[in-house]
Amino acid sequence: MIETRSLVAAFRGGTPIVFPDVAVPQGGTLLLRGPSGSGKSTWLAVVAGLLAPVSGQVVVAGTPLLERGARLDAWRARHVGFLPQKLHLSPALTVAQNLALVYWASGLRPDPLRMQATLDALGVSGLADRLPQALSGGQAQRVALARAVLLSPSVLLADEPTASLDDESAQAALALLQQTATTVGATLVLATHDARAVHAVHAACSVAQSAGGSAQDVIEMTLQRMN
Amino acid sequence: MNLLSLSWRYAWSRPLSAWLNVCMLALGLGALAVILMAHQRIEQALERDVAGIDVVVGAKGSPLQLILAGVYHLDVPPGNVALADVEALRSHPQVAQLIPVSLGDNVAGFRIVGTTLDYPALYGAQLASGQWWQAPMQAVLGAQVAHATGLRVGDRFHGLHGLGEGGHPHGDHPYVVTGVLSTGHHVLDRLVLTATESVWAVHETDMATDEEDLAALQAEREVTLALIRYRSPLAAVSFPRQVNSATSMQAAAPAYELTRLLRMLGAGADVLRALGVTLVLVSALSVFMALWQAVRERRADLAMLRMLGAGPARLAGLLLAEALWLASVATVLGLSLAQGLMAGLPALMPTESAGLVATATWPEELWAVPALAAGVALLAAALPAWGAYRVDVAHLLHSQD
Repeated sequence: MIETRSLVAAFRGGTPIVFPDVAVPQGGTLLLRGPSGSGKSTWLAVVAGLLAPVSGQVVVAGTPLLERGARLDAWRARHVGFLPQKLHLSPALTVAQNLALVYWASGLRPDPLRMQATLDALGVSGLADRLPQALSGGQAQRVALARAVLLSPSVLLADEPTASLDDESAQAALALLQQTATTVGATLVLATHDARAVHAVHAACSVAQSAGGSAQDVIEMTLQRMN
Repeated sequence: MNLLSLSWRYAWSRPLSAWLNVCMLALGLGALAVILMAHQRIEQALERDVAGIDVVVGAKGSPLQLILAGVYHLDVPPGNVALADVEALRSHPQVAQLIPVSLGDNVAGFRIVGTTLDYPALYGAQLASGQWWQAPMQAVLGAQVAHATGLRVGDRFHGLHGLGEGGHPHGDHPYVVTGVLSTGHHVLDRLVLTATESVWAVHETDMATDEEDLAALQAEREVTLALIRYRSPLAAVSFPRQVNSATSMQAAAPAYELTRLLRMLGAGADVLRALGVTLVLVSALSVFMALWQAVRERRADLAMLRMLGAGPARLAGLLLAEALWLASVATVLGLSLAQGLMAGLPALMPTESAGLVATATWPEELWAVPALAAGVALLAAALPAWGAYRVDVAHLLHSQD
């Protein structure tokens, strides 16, 4: 779950942004809309525990986020999965090693079975020994998603997941994201300025509901450009 | 995947630039190691050859020249002195031992030294084969001489006049090899030892025109110099002064002249060392630039690690480990290069000075090389590590960058 109240935050040296209050239940989906520069990144940074708010309250997965520090680094490793727009798979490492990086970064003992299972679930288990450069765009996104959900986070943050995809792939990517978030029971945050994504999310949601799934409604939060 | 294997992978993720940096650092460290090792070898060799010799007495002239000629066999002697004068010193109350040394001929550039058996005993020299000389015109070869000339026990050879190659041969007086010394890593390795009488025999019969002349020459027999050991260290105060003022000879103390020589060498060694350190600093700069470049290129990668839960200290440690990897590879390469060069050096050097450097060693000063490499790595990694500390996750999140 994610709850913010009277949240004000600013990136280093930037003008403070006042965010609308929001409350997303555990397992819910938040669609974070707004053009470039409207503060999506700042909001994501606060929720990921990378940026301390100027004022207001933020509670993510039951933990109030007030300060940054080593404690939050460990917390983030355990509770926040992140799918960046550019994926940022390390080109020096194979797919399997990129996943192992999660354990190294969080200081946890590597769990090869779990890595294998996660790659399996996303249909990319045969690529474990490939370098990221040798993957197609869709495969790379699945690997990055595997990395994000490897430790079953409480919150899955996806930054512009459809930006470079065509309509069909965008819809498939969003469906995969929602399905994966549901599987691990994570709260999904989709940050996007892509109008297609908005329709696709609603469509995917209604498909899931009509199929008798327990998917909850999509909550929307729209940010406006500041200046 | 741990810090070491991860940083290794990152360090070599761009192999060309990594190798260039490693090679540059290796060259700098190698040059420094060679300078340190050569300096230590030369100093050690100089000190070892002086062992047990308190003072050298010879013809008047430069005392350093006398030491270089008489102890190290590098320079030509200032001249000869009368045998009678030298023998007179033997009975001096402060002299424990006196070893005469006569120079004048060579074989293939190696000096033929007329002396007594006390001389090899001074260095504790051992025979590898054959036996010591019993009579004039018998010779014992140093290990290096035997190796270079190919002479063996029982072989005959002619001495050449003079101390360098190319003198006229003493055709009527062949030497016979009775023994070969085992390698001792001291000056005897490159000398041919024989009885003092051999040198007299060769030169007197060569120069004398008739019997009368020969008798006259025999009455005026000379040696080149004498190596003397004192009965008590106190003799160092009065004995040289006595010789210098009361006789036509001079006395030079090797310990003092050695210190003087090392001081002169020291200035050159300092310049070389400064050059080596400069090389290392230049390569440090290049390693720094490589790391800085790597941090800039991998800013997003590092931000991703932060996102995955790695603390800033973990990232700084990663970069530091990368720099240390490059530095350790460069250290191993540089030191192997230096040791290889030092091992191969004697083959490239003129025979006279080859004895000064030999075999791979690990003098204490050499620890400076890995220490310096580690320092370079720390220094080169410091700023990039600080940069990693401040990695802005905005780079990751700003979708428009």
